[in-house]
Amino acid sequence: MTYTKRFDGRKFDEMREIEAKVGVIPRADGSAYFAFGDTKAIAAVYGPRPLHPVFLQNPEKGIIRVYYDMLSFSVNERKKPGPARRSMEISYVTKKALEPIINLSAFPNTVTDVFINVIQANASTRCAGINAASMALAQAGIPMTDLVGAVSVGFVGGAIATDVIKEEEDYEEDGEKMVSDIAMAFLLRSQKLSLLQLDGKIDSENLKKAIEAAKKACAKIYEVQKKALKETK
Amino acid sequence: MEKDKQTMEESTENSKIIVEEKKRELVVPGEIVSSGSAFLPGENTQKEGDEIIATRFGLLDKEGRLVKVIPLSGIYLPRMGNIVIGKVEDITFNGWLMNINSPYKAFLPISECQGFIRKGEDLSTIFAIGDMVIAQVIAVKAKGVDLTTRDRGLHKIDNGLTMTINSSKVPRVIGKQGSMVSMIKQETGCNIVVGQNGVVWIRGDEIEKELLAKEAINLITEKSFTDGLTDKVQAFLESKRK
Repeated sequence: MTYTKRFDGRKFDEMREIEAKVGVIPRADGSAYFAFGDTKAIAAVYGPRPLHPVFLQNPEKGIIRVYYDMLSFSVNERKKPGPARRSMEISYVTKKALEPIINLSAFPNTVTDVFINVIQANASTRCAGINAASMALAQAGIPMTDLVGAVSVGFVGGAIATDVIKEEEDYEEDGEKMVSDIAMAFLLRSQKLSLLQLDGKIDSENLKKAIEAAKKACAKIYEVQKKALKETK
Repeated sequence: MEKDKQTMEESTENSKIIVEEKKRELVVPGEIVSSGSAFLPGENTQKEGDEIIATRFGLLDKEGRLVKVIPLSGIYLPRMGNIVIGKVEDITFNGWLMNINSPYKAFLPISECQGFIRKGEDLSTIFAIGDMVIAQVIAVKAKGVDLTTRDRGLHKIDNGLTMTINSSKVPRVIGKQGSMVSMIKQETGCNIVVGQNGVVWIRGDEIEKELLAKEAINLITEKSFTDGLTDKVQAFLESKRK
């Protein structure tokens, strides 16, 4: 283990300060704000509403569409707005992470739109986005069987670090990248994985450790999400 | 200055009252509301193993052996027999397409329209685009609902004002056996029709009275699910009347 002290002085199993708020966008059917320290995301849910074009409609159940984007001022160098390879991929995996919890069988031929915008980014934006979207869906009154919580766990220089920041994502030793960043999402009550993305290298033993660390962190996120939802009127 | 102080004191007093009020428990989706076989799952809950979980965000309500969740939000799903207030969006050769604040299209055919319509008559003389119409749901199909205006009290709205509230708050606005809405009617002297889709039509002889009724309905939607709401709204209306 070469990475012994974290850049921002946190413990290895400690997350950044979490902030969650529900109902931040008055005109949306449901909305939420979620922040891991400097990583801040807002999510808005519209629907269920009519879906066009008609060939996308599913007569068995309603579908969801997820749109994820980082706002142009969210990073140090201006991000060109609009869909790109990265944001389309994250939209897709976010949709896959949220699909197991929602039950739209009462709303056939409709669509529920989820818009996630990152207003400030410092790593694990997709996790903040998923957390916000899960709360926004609940507030919109969508039938759901669970809530989703997501957190990124890094394997940085041989150590498992919960909730990585940008500096840790770019951690190098002798000019070689020594980090694996694992984004994970859990169904919070049933403790099932709904998203697991990994870039970098990791052995199976450490991956198991990382999953356990994420589970522990998600339990805290669940409490925060519940509290935020229950504080709305 | 003194006046400001006084209002400050008043507002803190009000907040105290709100804290003291008994509130039903809020539950989030996936939360376990009951375990074992003491309760049966009702609306917006489902059984998972030995436990009953909530499937929607709302207030927990235990009645007898039944446990259910009263939703606080969500869109309107039309049911047969519902009285709704819709807005004409399009006119086709055989009827009107209406927006009833639901994901499904609502169609009002000529055959379900009151009065005689001559062959080739311009349909916009009956209901034009943008008109608000009180109608009843007579059929719910896969791709939409059918409406009718062939009953008493179903007609075009040509005066007064309409407002939109969340459809899940409609039972609060109506109250038990219409107690809330009839109280507002009595206090303000306005005629009020509450559509199940959350559109409310208020008509009184003065605009001030209509706006007062609107304010009272907004108060109900904000403070729904607190005990003694009818008395509170009555007190509010009485204080405004003076």
